[in-house]
Amino acid sequence: MNKTVNQKAWFLILPVLLLVAFSAVIPLMTVVNYSVQDTFGNNQFFWAGLDWFDDMLHSDRMWNALGRQLMFSAIILAIEVPLGIFVALNMPKKGFWSSFCLVFMSLPLLIPWNVVGTIWQIFGRVDIGLLGYALDALGIDYNYTQNTFDAWVTVIVMDVWHWTSLVALLGYAGLRSIPDAYYQAAKIDQASRWAVFRYIELPKMAGVLMIAILLRFMDSFMIYTEPFVLTGGGPGNATTFLSIDLVKMALGQFDLGPAAAFSLMYFLVIMAISWVFYTVMTTLDKRDGK
Amino acid sequence: MAKITLDNLAHSYLPNPQSDADFALKELNHDWVDGEAYALLGSSGCGKSTLLNIISGLLIPSQGRILFDGKDVTTAPTAERNIAQVFQFPVVYDTMSVRDNLAFPLKNMGMDAAEIKRRVQKVAAMIDMEAELNHKARGLTADAKQKISLGRGMVREDVNALLFDEPLTVIDPHMKWELRTQLKKLHQDFGHTMIYVTHDQTEALTFADKVVVMYDGRVVQIGTPQELFERPAHTFVGYFIGSPGMNLFDAQIDGTHARIGDVSVALDGHYSAAGHTQLGVRPEFIRLSANGEGVPATIRRIEDVGRHKIVRLDVMGREINAVVAEGEDIAADTNRITFAPEGINVYADDWRIAPRGTSV
Repeated sequence: MNKTVNQKAWFLILPVLLLVAFSAVIPLMTVVNYSVQDTFGNNQFFWAGLDWFDDMLHSDRMWNALGRQLMFSAIILAIEVPLGIFVALNMPKKGFWSSFCLVFMSLPLLIPWNVVGTIWQIFGRVDIGLLGYALDALGIDYNYTQNTFDAWVTVIVMDVWHWTSLVALLGYAGLRSIPDAYYQAAKIDQASRWAVFRYIELPKMAGVLMIAILLRFMDSFMIYTEPFVLTGGGPGNATTFLSIDLVKMALGQFDLGPAAAFSLMYFLVIMAISWVFYTVMTTLDKRDGK
Repeated sequence: MAKITLDNLAHSYLPNPQSDADFALKELNHDWVDGEAYALLGSSGCGKSTLLNIISGLLIPSQGRILFDGKDVTTAPTAERNIAQVFQFPVVYDTMSVRDNLAFPLKNMGMDAAEIKRRVQKVAAMIDMEAELNHKARGLTADAKQKISLGRGMVREDVNALLFDEPLTVIDPHMKWELRTQLKKLHQDFGHTMIYVTHDQTEALTFADKVVVMYDGRVVQIGTPQELFERPAHTFVGYFIGSPGMNLFDAQIDGTHARIGDVSVALDGHYSAAGHTQLGVRPEFIRLSANGEGVPATIRRIEDVGRHKIVRLDVMGREINAVVAEGEDIAADTNRITFAPEGINVYADDWRIAPRGTSV
């Protein structure tokens, strides 16, 4: 078939182009703009080249924040994914209790981030919080505002409480799609419970679990509100993750140049990781479809 | 290998079955003789799979007992029963290779590697998949997957019984014959008790020594293919076995004769029957006639199926089929049908009754 040449057709994509420009490209470009300039005030800017990027790449502060961030994501994934699978495997398969569990487990997912932060902020307080007070009464020296370890534990437990349900619900959906015949065949083949999990349930859940891991990784990598409300990044900088540090730099210190360079690199890291995930997932799909 | 006894067995999927209709499987007593090949035949939803799942332990019956060689296994888990079962739709372990799939049940039993290897090789040859042994199972076609499922059942040589739940539904016709032959051969070689569920009468009749016909949760007849053909115990058997199925005529039974409408038909014995009485005559035993004798009939259409012709007739408003040999002429003025007395079965309320003085 011969393609018709009609250059006017370009006008048809104009609306999309405008939309994307205003929603993404132009705001992003202002950040790019800040990242290559410096100022001494009076709204006078001058060219700084890639200095800010260079600075940031050699800044301990940023590397430390990144380290904490990666550790946080790794820990919550290591807890939430196995725990979510465990919960999914043990949920009732049908009937009233199945629906009840689904609704009940969805509740934490519906609570706004800052409310979650506030809940745990109060819950963990030694003077009036149920958790903090109870731990204190049991003779456990717990204080998330002063002790780094306690702060980390609280932030992680909060995230596990908030998001494990997501992994569990996705895993549950994956499990429900397995026909009964598979379980029956496994019984006939005298498979152990572990073998059923390893060779039937896990392969069938692999797809949704990949999505769960991707979602949880991205969300935790960009986490801001909950730890900000809970610990404000403290004690010291112990729970200052990338987003918190970025906001401190941009709005607290008003260091627009370094903050812009920082956020661009942050953005690139997230894009790169998403791309890796996407590639892995599509190759898995292809292998499945073959 | 074992004799499997069903003692007073019945099953309902409802928690509190009240009437007969609540039971998916109605009360049943039967011995599956060790080493025989059975076909379980019946239309969909008649309880065949329920019965199979009870035997393999996937389902605990709501009533009665099941014994393997006299030992009660009613509530024993599947693994203890040592039974192989193949399902209607292929089940393969996606992430494993074909070889590992076939070896899976043996590995679970803790068999040593050399023996596993020998058996896997042998079964792979039977299902014609030696070349694909190292492939991942997930990429295979449906019939290749079903062959693996069959293979997983056949690889266990010491099983008490091999159960097949319509295993060839997804296999293409050419392969069906071949696999059925393999299964028969397997049966001859090892002498397992085999139960083969199907709703395809050809499959049942070619596979089995004995055919068990089920209807509405009840076993209506157990017999050799010949018995089922000649003496169907229930009108359902007559209708279900044979192509086309048995013809039924409402009739009044009066000793050695029956009346269809106002025509008298000779029977081959003396019958006394009450209730709703019918004569069952297979199409093969119906003769067309034009000389004024027999039951009035009109030819509606003739179908030539190659081996013979099927004549569709209208007899008192009911469709009746007759089978006529390929070479035989069908007279244009055919207006009556007659029956060979030995081809007539008498039914009262759907169950066959025997002539006086005989027991069958």
